[in-house]
Amino acid sequence: MMSDLHLMSIAGLSAGLRAGDFTSVELTRHFLQRIQQFDGELNAVLTLAEEQALEQAKAADERIRAGDGGPLTGIPLLHKDIFCTQGVRTTCGSRMLDNFISPYDATVVSRLKDAGVVMLGKTNMDEFAMGSSNETSFYGPVKNPWDRERVPGGSSGGSAAAVAARLAVAATGTDTGGSIRQPAALCGITGLKPTYGRVSRYGMIAFASSLDQAGPMTRSAEDAAHLLGAMAGFDERDSTSVDRPVDDYAGQLNQPLKGLKIGMVKEFFGEGLNPGMNASMQTAIDTLKTLGVEMREVSLPNSHYSVPAYYVVAPAECSSNLSRFDGVRFGHRCENPQDLEDLYKRSRAEGFGPEVKRRIMIGAYALSAGYYDAYYLKAQQVRQVIADDFRQAFAEVDILLGPASPETAFRLGEKSDDPVSMYLSDIYTIAVNLAGLPALSMPAPMVDELPAGLQLIGNYFEEGRLLALAHQLQQISDWHRQMPSGY
Amino acid sequence: MQWETVIGLEIHTQLTTKSKIFSGASTAFGAEPNTQACLVDLGFPGVLPVLNEAVVKKAILFGTAVEAEIARRAVFARKNYFYPDLPKGYQISQLELPIVGPGHVDITLENGDNKRIGVTRAHLEEDAGKSLHEDFHGMTGIDLNRAGTPLLEIVSEPDMSSAKEALAYAKKIHQIVVYLGICDGNMQEGSFRVDANVSVRPVGQKELGTRAELKNINSFRFLEKAINFEVERQIDILEAGGRVVQETRLYDAARDETRSMRSKEEANDYRYFPDPDLLPLIIEEDFIAETVQEMPELPAARRARFEEQYGLSAYDADVLTATREQADYYETVVAEAGDAKLSANWVMVELAGALNKAGLDLPQSPVSARRFSGLVKRIADNTISGKIAKQVFETMWESEDSADAIIEAKGLKQITDAGAIEAIVDEVISGNPAQVENFRNAAPDKQPKMLGFFVGQVMKKSQGKANPKQVNELLRKKLADA
Amino acid sequence: MDLEPDEVEKIAHLARIAVAAGEIEALNTELSGILDLVERMGELDTSGITPMAHPLDMPQRLRPDVVTEENHREAYQAVAPAIGNGLYLVPRVIE
Repeated sequence: MMSDLHLMSIAGLSAGLRAGDFTSVELTRHFLQRIQQFDGELNAVLTLAEEQALEQAKAADERIRAGDGGPLTGIPLLHKDIFCTQGVRTTCGSRMLDNFISPYDATVVSRLKDAGVVMLGKTNMDEFAMGSSNETSFYGPVKNPWDRERVPGGSSGGSAAAVAARLAVAATGTDTGGSIRQPAALCGITGLKPTYGRVSRYGMIAFASSLDQAGPMTRSAEDAAHLLGAMAGFDERDSTSVDRPVDDYAGQLNQPLKGLKIGMVKEFFGEGLNPGMNASMQTAIDTLKTLGVEMREVSLPNSHYSVPAYYVVAPAECSSNLSRFDGVRFGHRCENPQDLEDLYKRSRAEGFGPEVKRRIMIGAYALSAGYYDAYYLKAQQVRQVIADDFRQAFAEVDILLGPASPETAFRLGEKSDDPVSMYLSDIYTIAVNLAGLPALSMPAPMVDELPAGLQLIGNYFEEGRLLALAHQLQQISDWHRQMPSGY
Repeated sequence: MQWETVIGLEIHTQLTTKSKIFSGASTAFGAEPNTQACLVDLGFPGVLPVLNEAVVKKAILFGTAVEAEIARRAVFARKNYFYPDLPKGYQISQLELPIVGPGHVDITLENGDNKRIGVTRAHLEEDAGKSLHEDFHGMTGIDLNRAGTPLLEIVSEPDMSSAKEALAYAKKIHQIVVYLGICDGNMQEGSFRVDANVSVRPVGQKELGTRAELKNINSFRFLEKAINFEVERQIDILEAGGRVVQETRLYDAARDETRSMRSKEEANDYRYFPDPDLLPLIIEEDFIAETVQEMPELPAARRARFEEQYGLSAYDADVLTATREQADYYETVVAEAGDAKLSANWVMVELAGALNKAGLDLPQSPVSARRFSGLVKRIADNTISGKIAKQVFETMWESEDSADAIIEAKGLKQITDAGAIEAIVDEVISGNPAQVENFRNAAPDKQPKMLGFFVGQVMKKSQGKANPKQVNELLRKKLADA
Repeated sequence: MDLEPDEVEKIAHLARIAVAAGEIEALNTELSGILDLVERMGELDTSGITPMAHPLDMPQRLRPDVVTEENHREAYQAVAPAIGNGLYLVPRVIE
């Protein structure tokens, strides 16, 4: 029994903890041991917080003994290293923050702490969440546990790989243009990006403020429902957080879905889609139909403009958001700065990697005098057009469906020299961020022994229905139970 | 050639809130460096701004006071530039949609005419920190306590054509923001900062000349001097056939001159864009109505009321309402002492004179309005004469004692007892037979002047305590009688 | 679209990122490639479309004017590269 703890669901573990079958300390030790055993080859975990984890586990055990706590009390998980964690190094995958010990907790972190979760450590990621393969991390790429020659996707690649290899029960991630869904797809797990404003951004190091959103990365929709329930909610420290009650996601997993109208996004099944991936999607759709849902085709006619618009909006916001990394109050500072300009320019040149620099410069250019209208304003107009496409689609159907990624995990190094081809690996995920909608990726039938991700997109604040559909599909399929061998 | 001066002012007013514009850190002045800079003010990774309600209300009060349009939708934008006192690498400000739209104020010119000066806009933004240049091993020290303090930047039209007009406008805006209680107006501490855009052009020319922006002006006196210096400088350049460079110039009070801030002024590209961490500020009609209810009485209205309610002359009302503190001071005094005209004289002459002599402003007066009213009350009710009151006031200035305590301790209470006064009057009459004789023989129109001698003698014998009115009456009666 | 080398330098300066002379050409190629991708949006006619700055159609929330933060200078400066007398230190700023 004890050796299989890493295969159990959150609900199963919670029941076991409550029944006294095992303690949170035992559970935590089990996962710490797995990380030590397997992470050497995966590079998914940047910082292990062993001491704090065991303390939190002890406290969780006391809460459970006292009959206190909730479904997450005593459950060990990993945080993406983009979340500030008090007293624990928070690098954001960057040399810039290599020495940064955060003096405060992100709201997501403190909410999960309050729920009794045990934080095992922090996961590797693309530098400042800019990347789709985890290769931009200062700490080296994460390996995909299904094939360690391949990327896990990004930017939440460490979280995805760790959950896939069962190094933690679950992990947190963030999604600015697909950074939860694409790695979830490539690693064969379930990952959800909530509606913009559903989860607080306070303490989550900003990449693109109008696009960033945190969400759960788990092995099943049911686990995601438990985790999202604790992460979501209004936060007075975030002006863009929505003051609206949080649904009982776990309690609504079995809501009736018969007659639900699901729209296959025509544009997501076009030329760019790998044939094996297409076949996987068709099998998933056939299975979905047995739930009594109604399938039809819908169109998002302007979705091919989402990547170009995104590569103005996200860099513009990031160029400003990352100005605070100037070597003055925290973070990397160059040796012996000659003057102020030298301090700024060398600290930033040394602290940031090439992809981050590229995006900062593109953003600075798009906002600069004479280019603002042609780039930034134009991109905002395109953004409106894309959001309108979604509004029209949701007038016809309840949920949209398509692949999360055009292909399965690609090889390490395959795209790292060509930024544009890397950017296009997010063609199916980016439009959702521009519109601020919720969407999840869940495992579909494997393609050539590699995971494939089915993406479901909901209307604003319909995370509950998305999770219910994914959960009920997972009740009649076993794609999400596949796991990489050797773990 | 005849030259014409064109001046526009940008006034940064620090709003008097308890906490900062986007964080819960205190705005109190003078704390130890960086002890009032929280994570948001320091721009730590991951932190986010949340707008302070009081800041919005204060901007609405100002907009209403200058009869401006209050925006129903205002947007915060980021102004991007690198500087060590700007922690995030951008300042949150407002560009295209400021909270206060066009408005105006009227200033009074030296010849007594009124001139209307346009207020282009007023927008909310966060203040930066401070760079301290004293030596830290050749380094500059950064204190971010001030970072995030709310500012309302008030931009005027280029409607002023002399340093005097600019001064009158600046004082007018100062009076309004202090009256509204939205800014403490302290120029020394930087709560009220005036930058002047100055240019000159030949009389009759339509297009504006190249302007210089003058900064580092920390008093009204320097504002006038800085503009005058700059106008002279620009005219000299133009008359010598040169060109004025568009640049920022610092005013050096010690040398009374302006000098270029940077030798090669870098062309700034601030890359403004809407701040994605903040949403559009939507201001509902109800919110404005509710806010305006808290609007204090403005100078013009208060001046009119002073004339009406207290029967003061237009001049007195104007002087007393020049500052909110002075008007408040006066109203406290008159409420206690009762006599409006007497109170006005004492505040405007004796108090103002003493303050002036000591080089103090009213808020630093050693005699509070309440204590001062105790003195005026005793003049009004004849307990002491005006002359004695001056003595009492001097003692009050040096001590914490009340007027009554001083009058009591020094025995300065006026003699109003008719019998006691009569005794002194009789003594003076019988002691000066020759003067009495002269008085009685004098022509009636000469007598009032001659009465002064007898009054003086009585006051001297009573050590100034006899009620002068009673003394006068009694002397006239007794000198006529005999 | 190809940027001029001095444009690359100008952008790098705006962003305060040191770029060695030898890196400019490669950087130019990369940035120009990204701009080519971005300019595909030019094909879409957006005249008359209101720009969308934010996914939330919601007004800014206001916070009551209350001091909620205490002094934590020591903790906040523990991660600072250079401090002295409670101040952050930077190379001398000349005004």
